[in-house]
Amino acid sequence: MDFKDTPEQAAFRAEVRQWLTANARPKQSGAGRPSQAERYDDAKRWYKKVADAGFACLDWPKEYGGAGLSQIHKVIWSQEVANYAEPDGYFVIGIGNCGPAIMHFASEQQKQHLLPRMASAEDVWCQMFSEPSAGSDVAGLRTSAVKQGDKWVVNGQKIWTSGAQHSDYGVILCRTDTEVSKYRGMTMFYIDMRQPGVDVKPIKQMDGDAHFNEVFFNDAEIPDSQRLGEIGGGWGAALLVLMNERLAISGVQPDGFPELLQLVKTLQIDGEPVSDNPSVREHLADWYCQHAGIKASTNRMLTAVAKGGMPGAEAALGKLVGAVMNQDIANYALQLLGESGPVMNPDFAPQQAHFQKTALFSPGIRLAGGTDEVMRNIIAEQVLGMPQEPRADKGMAFKDIPSGNQSA
Amino acid sequence: MNFDFSDDQKTIQDQARLVLSRECPPDRARQALEHARAYDETLWKQVAELGWPAIAIDEEFGGLGMGYLELCVIAQELGRAVAPLPFTASVYLATEAVKLCASDTQKAEWLPQLASGDAIACVALPETRSINHGAINTVTASDAILNGTAQAVLHGHAADFAIVAARDDAGRMAFYKADLNNSAIQRQVQPTIDPSQAMATLQFTDAPSEPLGNGEGFSHCYQQLLDRAAVLLSFEQIGGCEAVIDMAKTYTEGRYAFGRQVASFQAIKHKLADMFVAKELAKSNAYYGAWAMTDGERELPLAAATARVSAINAYYLCSKENIQAHGGMGFTWEFDCHLYYRRAQLLSSVIGSAPVWKNRLTEQLLTA
Repeated sequence: MDFKDTPEQAAFRAEVRQWLTANARPKQSGAGRPSQAERYDDAKRWYKKVADAGFACLDWPKEYGGAGLSQIHKVIWSQEVANYAEPDGYFVIGIGNCGPAIMHFASEQQKQHLLPRMASAEDVWCQMFSEPSAGSDVAGLRTSAVKQGDKWVVNGQKIWTSGAQHSDYGVILCRTDTEVSKYRGMTMFYIDMRQPGVDVKPIKQMDGDAHFNEVFFNDAEIPDSQRLGEIGGGWGAALLVLMNERLAISGVQPDGFPELLQLVKTLQIDGEPVSDNPSVREHLADWYCQHAGIKASTNRMLTAVAKGGMPGAEAALGKLVGAVMNQDIANYALQLLGESGPVMNPDFAPQQAHFQKTALFSPGIRLAGGTDEVMRNIIAEQVLGMPQEPRADKGMAFKDIPSGNQSA
Repeated sequence: MNFDFSDDQKTIQDQARLVLSRECPPDRARQALEHARAYDETLWKQVAELGWPAIAIDEEFGGLGMGYLELCVIAQELGRAVAPLPFTASVYLATEAVKLCASDTQKAEWLPQLASGDAIACVALPETRSINHGAINTVTASDAILNGTAQAVLHGHAADFAIVAARDDAGRMAFYKADLNNSAIQRQVQPTIDPSQAMATLQFTDAPSEPLGNGEGFSHCYQQLLDRAAVLLSFEQIGGCEAVIDMAKTYTEGRYAFGRQVASFQAIKHKLADMFVAKELAKSNAYYGAWAMTDGERELPLAAATARVSAINAYYLCSKENIQAHGGMGFTWEFDCHLYYRRAQLLSSVIGSAPVWKNRLTEQLLTA
């Protein structure tokens, strides 16, 4: 048991540090929050720079725009880049989710064309699984793809698609057969997001921002060559993507603890440090245990992956605990701030109104990538091996399954 | 980075698990409850022969010269088996106190007895609390002559000698070793919430003793002792968590209600998921504590407090919800659920309870 780098890892870390010192922007407090479009352009510039230096997608093969290294090299990179103010996780969904799908199912020619451009963010990718009538029950999706000759015609609607408004391509899961049971009738494709018949509409969230989108498909055509995997094999392909997603987001999802600790260290009530308050101390201790536990669990998982294991469903626990904690901490911080808690002016509210913004944004994190309840089901069924809930749609042909809001 | 136990350590763990599943089914702890024995002497002899008390003692003092990681995996299995043994008192506390504070001569005399299991020792910790207007540990040392009372001494009745925290005439705290087979010391068993881990009151009347080492540096030595014990105990607690999660799963899978397995209801699955999450976070924190104990002394105070608080929280949650998942049967004497619930309560109190360790954790965070 140790946290030491091997000599080879240490040399790689030194190389990364040297490059970051020369090329990355340091963290500085008080920087204003740029607009979403500015952040997007900024992230594209950063990814290109990283790719040109050979540090993009470190665990991908070189011929696909990677560096031919391992997960551990990626961890070292993440640890080092975290000391800087660069948007290194901005395109994590495209690269972390769509990347493996293309790597696994696309033709050699497609891989050589698409993956290096994905790695350098010259092309941005989104993932389209969820639908208005298929949320927690993703396999209930109804967007149809009908085969006509050597192409597929897509009609329907996706929702909660992160970054669709900036994307060049998307991986999409469609219903291709409604006569069989729901898990069997799906097929995965990739689609050009700029083509006719694809219409992206950003969704204004409760916090006023718009990360997510609705995507409408009206007779959008996809060549059969852009099919990923077998016809009817979409669910298996989707599970592969979701498994990679867990690894991609594990350890990068904020839980709010470092910000809370910083607040507690500086805040005073009646001239007394709030850190002397026993109730505050108790909260701090309990949250730190969760914060440290997630971090250590991620290290255990990475050790298992480095030894050749697959990222397990255990990763669901980091998402579950971190997302709930992030919301609760934001709420607690607002309580500590008292009457000034509601003020969102970033010049006044601590840490550029981090807690106020988080209070409004964090409910979404508890839903994205699976709700708390879905995470608990995954843990109970896939980790502990408990029996599934009996399903009312079991054995039914998809076309006979009722779905969505049925109230008049 | 390699944040896992080695294959050798896992083999030791597997063997310990096998031995304990054969020699120490949970019914063994129930027998300890029913017959009010100080400890299970037969089982103690068996584990002593296997060398478990000797694991983290140097070879020059009669030990096996292995490390804390090996002791951690043994602790996890003892916890899983709710073993009715004086391991916490004799191995995690007394042996470590001797290793930390005693002189080489003292170590050469005492550690071989502890390593072989021929001697069992207990520790009377310093306590700041007063209950019913009486301090829990009032022992004083005047020229190493001990007077006063130490209450709630874990395995005080089974022990051959005690390491006693006592204050001298100058008000200085130090550890003293006192032979308990001495008429100057009266022992009385205290019934506890977990009779398989008995406690005793030790009353000293002009009892002879000798200070550990030169009697100096108590504060540092004591904190280190607590930190090590916190990590080791957290592994026992995690073993207990894993046992009750298995129990709850097995029972609810085998039981049917409303025409289906109880384990297929989301209300039960989500309960089990929450138990698993609490256990898993505590386990990862315990791993970090184990690493800090062997390789990261500077990190140990924070790591140990984190492991301890998480393990207390997790074991309480898992052991109480296991009773709930068993329904009425979980409340019976016959089922094993209460053995773990009792142990969770007891382990959460020895070496300082959650509020004490949360405060210690916060102190480390704020001064870091």
